[in-house]
Amino acid sequence: MRARVFYRTLLGLGIAYLFVPVLVVVAFSFNDFKGRRNVSWEGFTLRHWADPFKLPGLSEAVLNSLTIAFLSALISTIVGTLIALALVRYRFRGRATTNLLLFLPMASPEVVMGSALLTLFVATHVGRGYVTVLLAHILFNLSYAVVTVRARIVGFDRHLEEAAMDLYANEWETFRRVTFPMIMPGVLAAFMLAFALSFDDFVITNFNSGSMQTFPIFVYGATKRGVPPQVNVLGTMIFGVMVIAMGIFLFIQNRRQKARD
Amino acid sequence: MTTRTDAAAKADQRRRRVPYLLLAPGMLWLLLFYVIPMFGLAITSLQEGSLEQGYTFTGNIGSYVSVFTTYLPQLRNSLMFALGATVIGLLVGYPLAYAIAFYTSRWKSLFLLMILVPFLVPFLLRTLAWRVILADQGVVVSALKTVGLLGENGRLLSTGWAILAGLVYNYLAFMTLPIYVSLDKIEPSLLEAANDLYATPWTAFRKVTLPMSMPGIISGTLLTFIPAAGDYVNVELLGNRNWTMMGNVIQSKFLVIIDYPAAAAISFTLMAIIVTVVVIYVRRVGTEELLT
Repeated sequence: MRARVFYRTLLGLGIAYLFVPVLVVVAFSFNDFKGRRNVSWEGFTLRHWADPFKLPGLSEAVLNSLTIAFLSALISTIVGTLIALALVRYRFRGRATTNLLLFLPMASPEVVMGSALLTLFVATHVGRGYVTVLLAHILFNLSYAVVTVRARIVGFDRHLEEAAMDLYANEWETFRRVTFPMIMPGVLAAFMLAFALSFDDFVITNFNSGSMQTFPIFVYGATKRGVPPQVNVLGTMIFGVMVIAMGIFLFIQNRRQKARD
Repeated sequence: MTTRTDAAAKADQRRRRVPYLLLAPGMLWLLLFYVIPMFGLAITSLQEGSLEQGYTFTGNIGSYVSVFTTYLPQLRNSLMFALGATVIGLLVGYPLAYAIAFYTSRWKSLFLLMILVPFLVPFLLRTLAWRVILADQGVVVSALKTVGLLGENGRLLSTGWAILAGLVYNYLAFMTLPIYVSLDKIEPSLLEAANDLYATPWTAFRKVTLPMSMPGIISGTLLTFIPAAGDYVNVELLGNRNWTMMGNVIQSKFLVIIDYPAAAAISFTLMAIIVTVVVIYVRRVGTEELLT
Protein backbone atom coordinates (compact mmCIF):
# COMPACT_ATOMS: atom_id res chain seq x y z
CA MET A 1 0.00 0.00 0.00
CA ARG A 2 2.79 2.40 0.93
CA ALA A 3 4.69 1.41 -2.20
CA ARG A 4 1.59 2.15 -4.23
CA VAL A 5 1.28 5.68 -2.83
CA PHE A 6 5.01 6.23 -3.28
CA TYR A 7 5.05 5.20 -6.94
CA ARG A 8 1.86 7.06 -7.77
CA THR A 9 3.35 10.24 -6.27
CA LEU A 10 6.57 9.67 -8.15
CA LEU A 11 4.68 9.22 -11.39
CA GLY A 12 2.75 12.42 -10.74
CA LEU A 13 5.95 14.37 -10.14
CA GLY A 14 7.57 12.85 -13.24
CA ILE A 15 4.65 13.74 -15.47
CA ALA A 16 4.56 17.27 -14.03
CA TYR A 17 8.28 17.64 -14.80
CA LEU A 18 7.67 16.54 -18.39
CA PHE A 19 4.76 18.94 -18.80
CA VAL A 20 6.26 22.14 -17.36
CA PRO A 21 8.37 23.19 -20.39
CA VAL A 22 5.47 22.36 -22.71
CA LEU A 23 3.16 24.57 -20.65
CA VAL A 24 5.76 27.34 -20.76
CA VAL A 25 5.76 27.21 -24.58
CA VAL A 26 1.95 27.37 -24.66
CA ALA A 27 1.67 30.08 -21.99
CA PHE A 28 4.19 32.38 -23.64
CA SER A 29 2.16 32.42 -26.85
CA PHE A 30 -0.34 34.45 -24.77
CA ASN A 31 2.22 36.66 -23.04
CA ASP A 32 1.60 40.40 -23.32
CA PHE A 33 5.27 41.37 -23.20
CA LYS A 34 6.49 44.91 -23.81
CA GLY A 35 10.24 44.55 -24.20
CA ARG A 36 12.22 42.77 -26.89
CA ARG A 37 12.49 39.37 -25.23
CA ASN A 38 9.57 37.11 -24.45
CA VAL A 39 11.05 35.57 -21.30
CA SER A 40 9.03 36.75 -18.30
CA TRP A 41 5.27 36.74 -17.77
CA GLU A 42 3.69 40.19 -18.15
CA GLY A 43 0.00 39.52 -18.73
CA PHE A 44 -2.50 37.79 -20.98
CA THR A 45 -3.16 38.74 -24.59
CA LEU A 46 -4.52 37.11 -27.73
CA ARG A 47 -2.78 39.52 -30.10
CA HIS A 48 -0.02 37.09 -31.18
CA TRP A 49 -2.72 34.67 -32.28
CA ALA A 50 -4.33 37.25 -34.58
CA ASP A 51 -2.05 36.55 -37.52
CA PRO A 52 0.78 34.21 -36.65
CA PHE A 53 1.93 33.80 -40.24
CA LYS A 54 2.44 37.50 -40.85
CA LEU A 55 6.03 37.22 -39.65
CA PRO A 56 8.26 37.40 -42.75
CA GLY A 57 9.64 34.02 -43.74
CA LEU A 58 7.71 32.00 -41.18
CA SER A 59 5.01 30.61 -43.46
CA GLU A 60 7.51 29.60 -46.16
CA ALA A 61 9.61 27.87 -43.49
CA VAL A 62 6.61 25.96 -42.15
CA LEU A 63 5.52 25.00 -45.66
CA ASN A 64 9.01 23.67 -46.44
CA SER A 65 9.00 21.67 -43.22
CA LEU A 66 5.59 20.18 -43.97
CA THR A 67 6.36 19.14 -47.55
CA ILE A 68 9.79 17.74 -46.66
CA ALA A 69 8.28 15.82 -43.75
CA PHE A 70 5.52 14.41 -45.96
CA LEU A 71 7.78 13.39 -48.85
CA SER A 72 10.57 11.97 -46.70
CA ALA A 73 8.08 10.04 -44.56
CA LEU A 74 6.34 8.66 -47.65
CA ILE A 75 9.52 7.53 -49.41
CA SER A 76 11.25 6.17 -46.31
CA THR A 77 8.14 4.25 -45.28
CA ILE A 78 7.77 2.59 -48.69
CA VAL A 79 11.47 1.72 -48.97
CA GLY A 80 11.59 0.71 -45.29
CA THR A 81 8.57 -1.60 -45.61
CA LEU A 82 10.27 -3.45 -48.48
CA ILE A 83 13.38 -3.94 -46.34
CA ALA A 84 11.32 -5.09 -43.37
CA LEU A 85 9.49 -7.65 -45.54
CA ALA A 86 12.80 -8.99 -46.87
CA LEU A 87 14.27 -9.26 -43.36
CA VAL A 88 11.35 -11.08 -41.78
CA ARG A 89 10.16 -13.22 -44.67
CA TYR A 90 13.30 -14.40 -46.42
CA ARG A 91 16.52 -16.17 -45.50
CA PHE A 92 19.34 -14.72 -47.56
CA ARG A 93 23.05 -14.08 -47.44
CA GLY A 94 24.15 -10.68 -46.23
CA ARG A 95 21.49 -10.48 -43.55
CA ALA A 96 23.91 -9.50 -40.79
CA THR A 97 25.44 -6.79 -42.97
CA THR A 98 21.98 -5.43 -43.75
CA ASN A 99 21.11 -5.27 -40.07
CA LEU A 100 24.39 -3.54 -39.26
CA LEU A 101 23.92 -1.02 -42.05
CA LEU A 102 20.45 -0.22 -40.72
CA PHE A 103 21.70 0.07 -37.14
CA LEU A 104 24.60 2.44 -37.88
CA PRO A 105 22.58 5.58 -38.76
CA MET A 106 20.63 5.17 -35.52
CA ALA A 107 23.89 4.90 -33.57
CA SER A 108 25.54 7.91 -35.22
CA PRO A 109 25.19 11.31 -33.59
CA GLU A 110 23.33 13.77 -35.79
CA VAL A 111 26.30 16.14 -36.08
CA VAL A 112 28.40 13.36 -37.55
CA MET A 113 25.78 12.31 -40.09
CA GLY A 114 24.97 15.89 -40.96
CA SER A 115 28.61 16.83 -41.45
CA ALA A 116 29.39 13.66 -43.43
CA LEU A 117 26.57 14.49 -45.84
CA LEU A 118 27.85 18.05 -46.06
CA THR A 119 31.30 16.84 -47.15
CA LEU A 120 29.61 14.66 -49.80
CA PHE A 121 27.62 17.57 -51.21
CA VAL A 122 30.64 19.89 -51.11
CA ALA A 123 32.88 17.33 -52.85
CA THR A 124 30.34 16.64 -55.58
CA HIS A 125 29.47 20.35 -56.01
CA VAL A 126 25.82 19.78 -55.25
CA GLY A 127 24.19 23.02 -54.13
CA ARG A 128 22.59 22.71 -50.71
CA GLY A 129 18.88 23.38 -50.37
CA TYR A 130 15.47 21.69 -50.45
CA VAL A 131 16.61 18.55 -52.31
CA THR A 132 19.69 17.85 -50.18
CA VAL A 133 17.61 18.22 -47.00
CA LEU A 134 15.01 15.82 -48.42
CA LEU A 135 17.71 13.25 -49.28
CA ALA A 136 19.15 13.53 -45.76
CA HIS A 137 15.75 13.19 -44.08
CA ILE A 138 14.90 10.05 -46.05
CA LEU A 139 18.22 8.62 -44.87
CA PHE A 140 17.69 9.15 -41.15
CA ASN A 141 14.03 8.13 -41.31
CA LEU A 142 14.76 4.87 -43.10
CA SER A 143 16.12 2.85 -40.16
CA TYR A 144 13.28 3.94 -37.89
CA ALA A 145 10.74 2.99 -40.55
CA VAL A 146 12.28 -0.49 -40.92
CA VAL A 147 12.31 -1.08 -37.15
CA THR A 148 8.68 0.04 -36.77
CA VAL A 149 7.28 -2.01 -39.66
CA ARG A 150 9.39 -5.06 -38.78
CA ALA A 151 7.96 -5.13 -35.25
CA ARG A 152 4.50 -5.47 -36.80
CA ILE A 153 5.41 -8.15 -39.35
CA VAL A 154 7.18 -10.32 -36.77
CA GLY A 155 4.03 -10.42 -34.67
CA PHE A 156 1.64 -11.71 -37.32
CA ASP A 157 0.45 -15.16 -38.25
CA ARG A 158 2.12 -16.62 -41.30
CA HIS A 159 -0.65 -19.21 -41.66
CA LEU A 160 -3.07 -16.61 -42.99
CA GLU A 161 -0.86 -16.08 -46.01
CA GLU A 162 -0.44 -19.79 -46.51
CA ALA A 163 -4.22 -20.19 -46.36
CA ALA A 164 -4.60 -17.56 -49.08
CA MET A 165 -2.05 -19.36 -51.25
CA ASP A 166 -3.88 -22.65 -50.67
CA LEU A 167 -7.00 -20.94 -51.97
CA TYR A 168 -5.15 -20.23 -55.23
CA ALA A 169 -4.33 -16.59 -54.62
CA ASN A 170 -1.05 -15.70 -56.36
CA GLU A 171 1.76 -13.93 -54.53
CA TRP A 172 0.65 -10.45 -55.50
CA GLU A 173 -2.97 -11.07 -54.56
CA THR A 174 -1.88 -12.56 -51.24
CA PHE A 175 0.18 -9.48 -50.53
CA ARG A 176 -2.57 -7.07 -51.51
CA ARG A 177 -5.45 -8.81 -49.73
CA VAL A 178 -3.79 -10.42 -46.71
CA THR A 179 -0.28 -9.20 -45.95
CA PHE A 180 -0.72 -5.49 -46.58
CA PRO A 181 -3.93 -4.99 -44.57
CA MET A 182 -2.30 -6.87 -41.68
CA ILE A 183 0.88 -4.78 -41.62
CA MET A 184 -0.96 -1.52 -42.37
CA PRO A 185 -0.97 -0.30 -38.73
CA GLY A 186 2.82 -0.72 -38.63
CA VAL A 187 3.23 1.09 -41.93
CA LEU A 188 1.04 3.93 -40.69
CA ALA A 189 2.96 4.15 -37.42
CA ALA A 190 6.23 4.27 -39.37
CA PHE A 191 4.90 7.07 -41.55
CA MET A 192 3.79 9.12 -38.56
CA LEU A 193 7.06 8.59 -36.69
CA ALA A 194 9.07 9.54 -39.78
CA PHE A 195 6.91 12.62 -40.36
CA ALA A 196 7.45 13.78 -36.78
CA LEU A 197 11.19 13.10 -36.84
CA SER A 198 11.60 14.99 -40.09
CA PHE A 199 9.43 17.95 -39.09
CA ASP A 200 11.40 18.42 -35.87
CA ASP A 201 14.90 17.84 -37.21
CA PHE A 202 17.30 20.69 -36.69
CA VAL A 203 20.88 19.41 -36.66
CA ILE A 204 21.12 17.45 -39.92
CA THR A 205 19.00 20.07 -41.67
CA ASN A 206 21.25 22.86 -40.42
CA PHE A 207 24.26 21.25 -42.11
CA ASN A 208 22.54 20.68 -45.45
CA SER A 209 19.95 23.39 -45.97
CA GLY A 210 22.09 26.17 -47.43
CA SER A 211 19.87 29.23 -47.38
CA MET A 212 16.61 27.28 -47.43
CA GLN A 213 14.61 27.64 -44.22
CA THR A 214 12.57 25.04 -42.36
CA PHE A 215 10.62 25.75 -39.20
CA PRO A 216 13.41 24.59 -36.83
CA ILE A 217 15.99 26.60 -38.81
CA PHE A 218 13.73 29.64 -38.57
CA VAL A 219 13.41 29.23 -34.79
CA TYR A 220 17.16 28.80 -34.44
CA GLY A 221 17.82 31.99 -36.39
CA ALA A 222 15.29 33.80 -34.22
CA THR A 223 17.01 32.79 -30.96
CA LYS A 224 19.84 35.17 -31.83
CA ARG A 225 17.48 38.17 -31.78
CA GLY A 226 14.85 37.00 -29.33
CA VAL A 227 12.18 34.50 -30.28
CA PRO A 228 9.04 36.17 -31.67
CA PRO A 229 5.83 35.09 -29.89
CA GLN A 230 4.39 33.86 -33.20
CA VAL A 231 6.84 30.97 -32.94
CA ASN A 232 5.21 30.01 -29.64
CA VAL A 233 1.81 30.28 -31.30
CA LEU A 234 2.96 27.81 -33.93
CA GLY A 235 4.50 25.54 -31.31
CA THR A 236 1.16 25.56 -29.49
CA MET A 237 -0.70 24.72 -32.71
CA ILE A 238 1.67 21.80 -33.33
CA PHE A 239 1.13 20.64 -29.76
CA GLY A 240 -2.65 20.82 -30.29
CA VAL A 241 -2.53 18.82 -33.51
CA MET A 242 -0.31 16.17 -31.91
CA VAL A 243 -2.60 15.86 -28.88
CA ILE A 244 -5.60 15.35 -31.15
CA ALA A 245 -3.69 12.76 -33.20
CA MET A 246 -2.77 10.93 -30.00
CA GLY A 247 -6.35 11.11 -28.78
CA ILE A 248 -7.55 9.46 -31.99
CA PHE A 249 -4.83 6.82 -31.65
CA LEU A 250 -5.85 6.04 -28.04
CA PHE A 251 -9.53 5.93 -29.01
CA ILE A 252 -8.94 3.46 -31.85
CA GLN A 253 -6.68 1.31 -29.69
CA ASN A 254 -9.24 1.28 -26.91
CA ARG A 255 -12.03 0.23 -29.27
CA ARG A 256 -9.89 -2.56 -30.72
CA GLN A 257 -9.13 -3.77 -27.23
CA LYS A 258 -12.82 -3.84 -26.40
CA ALA A 259 -13.65 -5.66 -29.65
CA ARG A 260 -11.06 -8.31 -28.78
CA ASP A 261 -12.31 -8.84 -25.20
CA MET B 1 9.56 -33.92 -67.41
CA THR B 2 12.60 -31.78 -68.06
CA THR B 3 10.49 -28.72 -68.84
CA ARG B 4 8.73 -29.07 -65.49
CA THR B 5 11.94 -29.16 -63.48
CA ASP B 6 13.28 -26.32 -65.58
CA ALA B 7 10.27 -24.22 -64.76
CA ALA B 8 10.54 -25.15 -61.09
CA ALA B 9 14.22 -24.27 -61.05
CA LYS B 10 13.45 -20.94 -62.67
CA ALA B 11 10.72 -20.18 -60.15
CA ASP B 12 13.11 -21.13 -57.38
CA GLN B 13 15.74 -18.81 -58.74
CA ARG B 14 13.22 -16.02 -58.95
CA ARG B 15 12.21 -16.58 -55.35
CA ARG B 16 15.80 -16.39 -54.27
CA ARG B 17 16.15 -13.03 -55.98
CA VAL B 18 13.10 -11.51 -54.30
CA PRO B 19 14.75 -10.47 -51.00
CA TYR B 20 17.55 -8.71 -52.86
CA LEU B 21 15.07 -6.81 -55.00
CA LEU B 22 13.20 -5.75 -51.87
CA LEU B 23 16.44 -4.60 -50.24
CA ALA B 24 17.96 -2.86 -53.25
CA PRO B 25 16.46 0.65 -53.03
CA GLY B 26 17.08 1.01 -49.30
CA MET B 27 20.58 -0.41 -49.37
CA LEU B 28 21.48 1.82 -52.30
CA TRP B 29 20.27 4.80 -50.28
CA LEU B 30 22.32 3.80 -47.22
CA LEU B 31 25.38 3.23 -49.41
CA LEU B 32 25.09 6.56 -51.22
CA PHE B 33 24.14 8.74 -48.28
CA TYR B 34 25.66 7.00 -45.28
CA VAL B 35 28.61 4.77 -46.18
CA ILE B 36 30.13 6.96 -48.90
CA PRO B 37 29.77 10.20 -46.87
CA MET B 38 31.49 8.52 -43.90
CA PHE B 39 34.43 7.64 -46.16
CA GLY B 40 34.24 11.17 -47.50
CA LEU B 41 34.53 12.48 -43.97
CA ALA B 42 37.61 10.34 -43.38
CA ILE B 43 39.23 11.52 -46.62
CA THR B 44 38.40 15.17 -45.96
CA SER B 45 40.00 14.93 -42.52
CA LEU B 46 43.31 14.00 -44.17
CA GLN B 47 43.28 16.93 -46.58
CA GLU B 48 45.21 20.18 -46.45
CA GLY B 49 44.54 23.61 -47.88
CA SER B 50 42.19 26.54 -47.48
CA LEU B 51 38.77 27.52 -48.69
CA GLU B 52 40.22 29.92 -51.29
CA GLN B 53 42.86 27.59 -52.73
CA GLY B 54 40.85 24.42 -52.37
CA TYR B 55 41.68 21.28 -50.46
CA THR B 56 43.92 18.49 -51.64
CA PHE B 57 44.42 15.05 -50.17
CA THR B 58 47.90 14.80 -48.63
CA GLY B 59 47.36 12.21 -45.93
CA ASN B 60 48.12 14.94 -43.42
CA ILE B 61 47.21 13.87 -39.90
CA GLY B 62 47.74 17.34 -38.49
CA SER B 63 44.01 17.81 -38.05
CA TYR B 64 43.89 14.79 -35.77
CA VAL B 65 46.84 16.01 -33.73
CA SER B 66 45.05 19.29 -33.11
CA VAL B 67 41.90 17.45 -32.00
CA PHE B 68 43.83 16.14 -29.02
CA THR B 69 45.92 19.24 -28.40
CA THR B 70 43.48 22.09 -28.99
CA TYR B 71 40.08 20.54 -28.41
CA LEU B 72 40.71 18.38 -25.36
CA PRO B 73 38.42 20.52 -23.13
CA GLN B 74 35.55 20.17 -25.63
CA LEU B 75 36.14 16.45 -25.81
CA ARG B 76 36.07 16.24 -22.03
CA ASN B 77 32.87 18.33 -21.88
CA SER B 78 31.12 16.12 -24.43
CA LEU B 79 31.90 12.93 -22.55
CA MET B 80 31.19 14.49 -19.14
CA PHE B 81 27.81 15.93 -20.08
CA ALA B 82 26.79 12.81 -21.98
CA LEU B 83 27.72 10.63 -19.01
CA GLY B 84 25.99 12.98 -16.56
CA ALA B 85 22.81 13.10 -18.64
CA THR B 86 22.84 9.30 -18.95
CA VAL B 87 23.29 8.68 -15.20
CA ILE B 88 20.67 11.25 -14.16
CA GLY B 89 18.37 10.04 -16.92
CA LEU B 90 18.66 6.49 -15.60
CA LEU B 91 17.99 7.59 -12.02
CA VAL B 92 14.88 9.46 -13.12
CA GLY B 93 13.75 7.21 -15.97
CA TYR B 94 14.00 3.83 -14.23
CA PRO B 95 11.61 4.64 -11.35
CA LEU B 96 9.24 6.27 -13.86
CA ALA B 97 9.24 3.18 -16.08
CA TYR B 98 8.86 0.99 -12.99
CA ALA B 99 5.88 2.99 -11.76
CA ILE B 100 4.15 2.76 -15.15
CA ALA B 101 4.86 -0.95 -15.55
CA PHE B 102 3.69 -2.03 -12.09
CA TYR B 103 1.49 0.70 -10.61
CA THR B 104 -0.85 1.87 -13.36
CA SER B 105 -3.37 -0.79 -14.19
CA ARG B 106 -5.94 0.74 -16.51
CA TRP B 107 -4.27 3.86 -17.79
CA LYS B 108 -1.00 2.34 -18.89
CA SER B 109 -1.08 3.55 -22.49
CA LEU B 110 -2.14 7.02 -21.41
CA PHE B 111 0.87 7.30 -19.08
CA LEU B 112 3.14 5.96 -21.79
CA LEU B 113 1.92 8.66 -24.16
CA MET B 114 2.56 11.23 -21.43
CA ILE B 115 6.23 10.20 -21.39
CA LEU B 116 6.23 11.36 -25.01
CA VAL B 117 4.72 14.75 -24.20
CA PRO B 118 8.00 16.67 -24.61
CA PHE B 119 8.16 15.44 -28.21
CA LEU B 120 4.83 17.07 -29.00
CA VAL B 121 6.57 20.43 -28.93
CA PRO B 122 9.46 21.21 -31.31
CA PHE B 123 12.94 20.40 -29.94
CA LEU B 124 14.25 23.97 -30.06
CA LEU B 125 11.13 25.39 -28.42
CA ARG B 126 11.16 22.96 -25.52
CA THR B 127 14.86 23.66 -25.00
CA LEU B 128 14.18 27.40 -25.07
CA ALA B 129 11.47 26.88 -22.46
CA TRP B 130 14.22 25.90 -20.03
CA ARG B 131 15.63 29.40 -20.42
CA VAL B 132 12.41 30.72 -18.92
CA ILE B 133 12.27 28.06 -16.19
CA LEU B 134 15.88 28.57 -15.10
CA ALA B 135 15.90 32.36 -15.57
CA ASP B 136 17.65 34.50 -12.94
CA GLN B 137 14.35 35.93 -11.67
CA GLY B 138 12.55 32.61 -12.03
CA VAL B 139 10.93 30.38 -9.43
CA VAL B 140 13.60 27.69 -9.49
CA VAL B 141 16.50 30.05 -8.85
CA SER B 142 14.74 31.89 -6.02
CA ALA B 143 13.68 28.61 -4.42
CA LEU B 144 17.26 27.32 -4.51
CA LYS B 145 18.44 30.62 -3.01
CA THR B 146 15.93 30.37 -0.15
CA VAL B 147 17.06 26.83 0.63
CA GLY B 148 20.64 28.01 0.48
CA LEU B 149 21.78 25.76 -2.34
CA LEU B 150 22.52 28.78 -4.47
CA GLY B 151 24.44 31.89 -3.34
CA GLU B 152 23.13 35.45 -3.39
CA ASN B 153 24.42 36.08 -6.92
CA GLY B 154 24.12 32.47 -8.00
CA ARG B 155 22.43 31.59 -11.27
CA LEU B 156 21.53 28.49 -13.22
CA LEU B 157 21.23 29.79 -16.76
CA SER B 158 24.56 29.80 -18.64
CA THR B 159 25.98 27.19 -16.29
CA GLY B 160 26.75 23.51 -16.74
CA TRP B 161 23.65 22.68 -14.65
CA ALA B 162 21.35 24.28 -17.22
CA ILE B 163 22.99 22.26 -20.02
CA LEU B 164 22.57 19.10 -17.98
CA ALA B 165 18.93 19.94 -17.26
CA GLY B 166 18.25 20.44 -20.97
CA LEU B 167 20.01 17.22 -22.00
CA VAL B 168 18.26 15.09 -19.37
CA TYR B 169 14.88 16.52 -20.31
CA ASN B 170 15.33 16.18 -24.06
CA TYR B 171 16.38 12.53 -23.96
CA LEU B 172 14.37 11.20 -20.99
CA ALA B 173 11.81 9.38 -23.15
CA PHE B 174 14.60 7.48 -24.93
CA MET B 175 15.65 6.19 -21.51
CA THR B 176 12.22 5.50 -20.05
CA LEU B 177 10.49 3.70 -22.91
CA PRO B 178 12.99 0.85 -23.52
CA ILE B 179 13.21 0.22 -19.77
CA TYR B 180 9.42 0.13 -19.58
CA VAL B 181 9.27 -2.39 -22.43
CA SER B 182 11.62 -4.81 -20.66
CA LEU B 183 9.92 -4.34 -17.26
CA ASP B 184 6.53 -4.95 -18.80
CA LYS B 185 7.66 -8.37 -20.08
CA ILE B 186 8.38 -9.65 -16.55
CA GLU B 187 5.82 -12.24 -15.44
CA PRO B 188 4.25 -11.22 -12.10
CA SER B 189 4.44 -14.91 -11.10
CA LEU B 190 8.24 -14.66 -11.08
CA LEU B 191 8.10 -11.95 -8.43
CA GLU B 192 5.49 -13.93 -6.50
CA ALA B 193 7.79 -16.93 -6.61
CA ALA B 194 10.63 -14.82 -5.19
CA ASN B 195 8.27 -13.63 -2.48
CA ASP B 196 7.19 -17.20 -1.67
CA LEU B 197 10.83 -18.15 -1.29
CA TYR B 198 11.19 -15.47 1.39
CA ALA B 199 13.12 -12.97 -0.70
CA THR B 200 12.80 -9.45 0.67
CA PRO B 201 11.42 -6.94 -1.87
CA TRP B 202 14.93 -5.59 -2.27
CA THR B 203 16.42 -9.04 -2.96
CA ALA B 204 13.60 -9.80 -5.40
CA PHE B 205 14.36 -6.56 -7.21
CA ARG B 206 18.09 -7.23 -7.28
CA LYS B 207 17.83 -10.87 -8.35
CA VAL B 208 14.80 -10.82 -10.64
CA THR B 209 13.61 -7.40 -11.78
CA LEU B 210 16.94 -5.70 -12.36
CA PRO B 211 18.59 -8.49 -14.40
CA MET B 212 15.46 -8.89 -16.49
CA SER B 213 15.30 -5.17 -17.25
CA MET B 214 18.96 -5.08 -18.32
CA PRO B 215 18.23 -5.05 -22.09
CA GLY B 216 16.05 -1.99 -21.55
CA ILE B 217 18.72 -0.28 -19.46
CA ILE B 218 21.32 -0.91 -22.15
CA SER B 219 19.19 0.46 -24.99
CA GLY B 220 18.02 3.37 -22.85
CA THR B 221 21.50 4.44 -21.78
CA LEU B 222 22.83 4.15 -25.34
CA LEU B 223 19.89 6.08 -26.79
CA THR B 224 20.68 8.85 -24.29
CA PHE B 225 24.48 8.79 -24.37
CA ILE B 226 24.91 8.85 -28.15
CA PRO B 227 22.77 11.89 -28.99
CA ALA B 228 23.89 13.71 -25.83
CA ALA B 229 27.57 13.27 -26.74
CA GLY B 230 26.95 14.85 -30.14
CA ASP B 231 24.65 17.61 -28.94
CA TYR B 232 25.46 21.26 -29.43
CA VAL B 233 22.05 22.92 -29.22
CA ASN B 234 21.64 22.66 -25.44
CA VAL B 235 25.04 24.29 -24.89
CA GLU B 236 24.21 27.05 -27.31
CA LEU B 237 20.79 27.85 -25.90
CA LEU B 238 21.32 27.15 -22.20
CA GLY B 239 25.05 27.22 -21.51
CA ASN B 240 27.97 29.49 -22.21
CA ARG B 241 31.27 29.47 -24.08
CA ASN B 242 33.14 27.74 -21.26
CA TRP B 243 31.13 24.58 -21.71
CA THR B 244 31.28 24.09 -25.48
CA MET B 245 31.22 20.48 -26.62
CA MET B 246 32.59 18.61 -29.65
CA GLY B 247 29.34 19.27 -31.49
CA ASN B 248 29.81 23.04 -31.15
CA VAL B 249 33.29 22.86 -32.64
CA ILE B 250 32.09 20.70 -35.54
CA GLN B 251 29.21 23.05 -36.22
CA SER B 252 31.30 26.21 -36.18
CA LYS B 253 34.21 24.74 -38.18
CA PHE B 254 31.87 23.42 -40.87
CA LEU B 255 29.35 26.23 -41.10
CA VAL B 256 30.94 29.39 -39.71
CA ILE B 257 34.73 29.26 -40.01
CA ILE B 258 34.66 26.77 -42.89
CA ASP B 259 37.76 24.71 -42.17
CA TYR B 260 36.66 21.38 -43.62
CA PRO B 261 39.68 19.16 -42.79
CA ALA B 262 39.74 20.21 -39.13
CA ALA B 263 35.97 19.87 -38.83
CA ALA B 264 35.97 16.46 -40.49
CA ALA B 265 38.75 15.24 -38.19
CA ILE B 266 36.78 16.28 -35.10
CA SER B 267 33.60 14.74 -36.47
CA PHE B 268 35.36 11.48 -37.28
CA THR B 269 37.04 11.39 -33.87
CA LEU B 270 33.69 11.89 -32.14
CA MET B 271 32.21 9.01 -34.12
CA ALA B 272 35.21 6.77 -33.35
CA ILE B 273 35.03 7.55 -29.63
CA ILE B 274 31.32 6.86 -29.50
CA VAL B 275 31.67 3.58 -31.39
CA THR B 276 34.49 2.52 -29.02
CA VAL B 277 32.52 3.45 -25.91
CA VAL B 278 29.43 1.65 -27.20
CA VAL B 279 31.32 -1.52 -28.15
CA ILE B 280 33.16 -1.73 -24.81
CA TYR B 281 29.96 -1.02 -22.91
CA VAL B 282 27.89 -3.59 -24.77
CA ARG B 283 30.64 -6.23 -24.37
CA ARG B 284 30.89 -5.47 -20.67
CA VAL B 285 27.20 -5.66 -19.90
CA GLY B 286 26.77 -8.30 -22.54
CA THR B 287 23.87 -8.37 -24.91
CA GLU B 288 23.62 -9.29 -28.54
CA GLU B 289 19.98 -8.39 -28.92
CA LEU B 290 20.89 -4.90 -30.04
CA LEU B 291 22.19 -5.81 -33.45
CA THR B 292 19.46 -8.16 -34.53
